[in-house]
Amino acid sequence: MEVDRADGRTPNQRRPVACTRGILHRAHGSASWAQGDTKVIAAVYGPKAGTRKNENPEKACIEVIWKPKTGQSGKPEREYEMVLKKTLQSICLLNVHPNTTTSIVIQVVNDDGAVSFTLFPCAINAACAALVDAGIPLKHLAVAICCCMAEGGHILLDPSKIEEQKVKAFVYLVFPNSMVSVLPQGSLRPGGEQIEHGIITSVTHGMMAVDDYFSCLKLGRAAAAELSDFLRSSLKSKAGNDPSKAG
Amino acid sequence: MGGSVNGGATDLSSEMEVDAFRRLFPLRFHERHLVESVRPDARPLGKARETSLALGAVGSADGSALAKIGCTTMLAAIKMEVMTPTTEAPDEGCVAIDFHMPAICSPIVRPGRPAEAAPVVSKQLSDTILSSGMIDLKQLSLVSGKAAWMAYLDIYCLDADGALFDAALLAAAAAFSHLQIPVVSLNDDGRIVVVSKQNEVEKLKNKPVNEEKRKLKLKSIPFALTCILHKNYILADPTAEEESIMETLITIVLDSSCQLVSLNKPGGPALAYESVVQDCIALSRQRVRELQTILNEAISDMEVD
Repeated sequence: MEVDRADGRTPNQRRPVACTRGILHRAHGSASWAQGDTKVIAAVYGPKAGTRKNENPEKACIEVIWKPKTGQSGKPEREYEMVLKKTLQSICLLNVHPNTTTSIVIQVVNDDGAVSFTLFPCAINAACAALVDAGIPLKHLAVAICCCMAEGGHILLDPSKIEEQKVKAFVYLVFPNSMVSVLPQGSLRPGGEQIEHGIITSVTHGMMAVDDYFSCLKLGRAAAAELSDFLRSSLKSKAGNDPSKAG
Repeated sequence: MGGSVNGGATDLSSEMEVDAFRRLFPLRFHERHLVESVRPDARPLGKARETSLALGAVGSADGSALAKIGCTTMLAAIKMEVMTPTTEAPDEGCVAIDFHMPAICSPIVRPGRPAEAAPVVSKQLSDTILSSGMIDLKQLSLVSGKAAWMAYLDIYCLDADGALFDAALLAAAAAFSHLQIPVVSLNDDGRIVVVSKQNEVEKLKNKPVNEEKRKLKLKSIPFALTCILHKNYILADPTAEEESIMETLITIVLDSSCQLVSLNKPGGPALAYESVVQDCIALSRQRVRELQTILNEAISDMEVD
């Protein structure tokens, strides 16, 4: 490839990923997700009785609390909380535990990003692993990835802190994980499109051409498939050793 | 429309009044309409509500506008203040954007407690406006390194009936096109003061920094369209009722040259496939042209007055 990245990666190469589950003793489910130098811990508490005001009591309510690395949470954190909440709502089976609240606390441990847009995908992945750890019923998993447009018009996957300062636009995308089905057409939806090609969440920042967005989408989709395999194998490896958590 | 809603159901919904059916089975009420490619307010699926724009709605502000999309009403006003620019950007001004949802706008907002949606819309607005490059911050400079303009843009939601972000962005863009930068002069202490009507005498004494009121030159203005994705349907410009029933929203912001400024889909039960995103972008392109015409008309009406 003709594009040189500061850390020697190819344009469509992710940073190394690590995922650990069950790291917090008192939480009902917890996970940490590290991607390069970005690290996030997610804890899940619940389902607890009752829903908050203005929420539908016929469904389970999801509450997200975002704690930044330092300082108080402001508007960006509010936005993260809202997007994360809506994303997780779409993957949880909300009808299983009606009139309950599940809290997800996201703590940023290390942030390898000035504008911190590598943070959000990490938080989604961590929250997802923590929900699995807590045994919250889910429709499918969600995998998140960030792509950015570098100044020369190249698309880079999963930018690091040094690269962030030079990009003109970025996209973060959340896809459903790839399904493993016994039926040959198991993961096809009626229209013939694969479920994992559908976007759960997409947030963009900065100007780009419409075609570039679709190129990012393609790149993100390929990376999400890889990530979803990683997530699946890391969840499998620790399935079963679930000591009952202190309540 | 009474005859069209009895969906062939065997339960009591077949003999119910339309209003009762709408409240008890809101999703079925809407889906029954969607099958007929029409919405409860008689719009086709891809059509936005009637949009109007009035510039100069707030007399005391330097720039203001009132935007209405259907019942959703946004009042935007800009107040200019002189500030010292930061050392990193000595010849640039600054824009601070805030979005307010007072208790008057919707039954789910309670007085005293800030609405959940307000900080999120506020953040999205500032991201969109600043990243779209609509305002060249260098135009807000007065004396390099010494003084520059700080533009405080406040947007008040008076009636929240869906597509809040679209209306807020339209009001913001209109307020900036109405903005007139006031005349300022250097006083004896070497500080910059705004020349108002009361101290015109001073104006003669001290040479003004800028001779007369001027307008900002806006580059490509961003316009937004929010769509609902529900099953195979795409509903443009939803009302609050539609937003509460069908929860998947996708907001696309394009500028006048159809560059993508933002594509925001925060979760929701429906997945957005590539073909759906293409369709939404096509709808937004159409809407950008509509909104551009509405904005141009509002500006030319203003200049005639």
